[in-house]
Amino acid sequence: MATSTTAPDAGRREPRAGTPAREPARRPRGPLLPYLLLAPAIVLELAVHVIPMVVGVWMSLLELTQFHIRDWSTAPFVGWENYRATLDINSAAGKELLHSFWITLAYSLLSVGFAWLLGISAAVVLQRPFRGRALLRALFLTPYALPVYAAVITWSFLLQRDTGLVNHVLVDQLGLLNERPFWLIGDNSFWSLLVVSVWRNWPFAFLCLMAGLQNVPGELYEAAAIDGAGFWRRLRSVTLPMLRPVNLVLLLVLFLWTFNDFNTPFVLFGGSAPEQADLISIHIYRSSFKTWDFGSGSAMSVALLLFLLVVSAVYLLITNRRRDDHA
Amino acid sequence: MRETAGERWGRRIVLTLLTLFVVIPLYVMVTSAAKPLQDVQNGFTWWPSRPTLQPFVDMWSTVPLARYLVNSLVVSSIAAVCSVAVAIFAAFAVSRYRFRGRGVFSVTVLSTQMFPGILFLLPLFLIYVNLGNATGIELYASRTGLVITYLTFSLPFSIWMLVGYFDSIPRGLDEAAQVDGAGPLRTLFQVILPAAVPGVVAVTVYAFMTAWGEVLFASVMTDEGSRTLAVGLQGYSTQFNVYWNQIMAASLVVSIPVVVGFLALQRYFVAGLTAGAVK
Repeated sequence: MATSTTAPDAGRREPRAGTPAREPARRPRGPLLPYLLLAPAIVLELAVHVIPMVVGVWMSLLELTQFHIRDWSTAPFVGWENYRATLDINSAAGKELLHSFWITLAYSLLSVGFAWLLGISAAVVLQRPFRGRALLRALFLTPYALPVYAAVITWSFLLQRDTGLVNHVLVDQLGLLNERPFWLIGDNSFWSLLVVSVWRNWPFAFLCLMAGLQNVPGELYEAAAIDGAGFWRRLRSVTLPMLRPVNLVLLLVLFLWTFNDFNTPFVLFGGSAPEQADLISIHIYRSSFKTWDFGSGSAMSVALLLFLLVVSAVYLLITNRRRDDHA
Repeated sequence: MRETAGERWGRRIVLTLLTLFVVIPLYVMVTSAAKPLQDVQNGFTWWPSRPTLQPFVDMWSTVPLARYLVNSLVVSSIAAVCSVAVAIFAAFAVSRYRFRGRGVFSVTVLSTQMFPGILFLLPLFLIYVNLGNATGIELYASRTGLVITYLTFSLPFSIWMLVGYFDSIPRGLDEAAQVDGAGPLRTLFQVILPAAVPGVVAVTVYAFMTAWGEVLFASVMTDEGSRTLAVGLQGYSTQFNVYWNQIMAASLVVSIPVVVGFLALQRYFVAGLTAGAVK
């Protein structure tokens, strides 16, 4: 579940007139203590995240093919060569990467959009207490709690051409189609992947939006109702504006997750994703481990990271500016 | 505020559709696990006409499921406990002290969570392999390597959520303890931790779930001996046969502990999210 962006911390640093009491009391017990407390976390972060990232950038500048993997000190330095080879959209490798990029972008935007839509629908209709609400809430969270491979394997069973539920319902029971389509290869595979991803991710949106709705004071709805506001009007004028801070973080987090998604296609297609569902992480994984060319794999990973950093920065800039305009 | 008839029907329709969407795959998982192999191979049926528990017996011998299960259990439990222990100290520092680099630490740790896993995979793979060659410390294809990797994966979120919990514990309690002569560590263990038990438990379950469900690193960093469930479950599709009933049975068995744990603690996750993200 890893919800995390810089937002909470950024929020904390904003000047908050009138709430000085929130600032913790400062009782320095020697300036070293906080660093000692942090040391294990810092060491682990360095070892598993920071250093590998730096190494990854370095690797992207090497000719790190199968001859050099066991002892990479022998790998020759080639500078931008890996980037030129993989990112040149006129080359075959570049075309494939660009294709994978567009697929991934469409996948992320659609998946986030639907996940959010289902999440907000469920959060809004479960806002008011009724019998069975707790049960439904637990049920809706179940897809998210399942281990990803168990959930996705189940879906791949549903989507089997001859033995799956989907074709049984569409073809045998409803008679909507005359022929049993393939869902896990060809053009349909993109839509299959999308449905599975929405099924997995929407409970997370639901969980966050539900938490956000708990912070909306009930009086706001009372006041809106007294003013004669109907359901949609209350949704537009009370619920959505109050959820804005949650939505800002949620949409970005979901976007980054789905854009980096590896697990869903990897389990759904058993490691050989069809080109219509060739997400970028799968693309990099396969081209790295099929050809054992880690140099160009790293170059693509670094390019992916830079792209996501730019997207996140632009997103945060735009949303922050708009917030300032409103203030 | 009264609900209008339109709203009531809207609610029922939305809830029915969402319930169907969520339940159908779960239903298929449970019922297919109770079918003989022939019945899952000869077209789909909604109801198991010849219900059997045989798949739950066979699944242990088709693939070495017990070994995968033990590997996953060992790796996930150790990773979860270590991750939470490390996160408790870090969260205590961030919540209770102001020090140089505090902001940088929080931002860096949180942003690593958003980076593509594939970016770390290739270098980490090479580092583990080369470290093993150079020093003899086996991290590649060992459970130790997986533990270190997974405990770091859950660390950022664990720290972040615990900071939220610790922040909500009044500092007056710390001060009272300190007046009584308690040092920082005693304050942490005797005052703060007892008050943050739900948060600590929720974070432990989260860290366990993260390790239990991880696929990408498990598929590269393990060999036959250290393989975890995430990769092991693919063993049911062989060249000759796909044992769908056993796959569903195994999926069910490995899902139940985490689903139960998560659902039991979901309100603490909501509380943690409310304290953290939704500020």
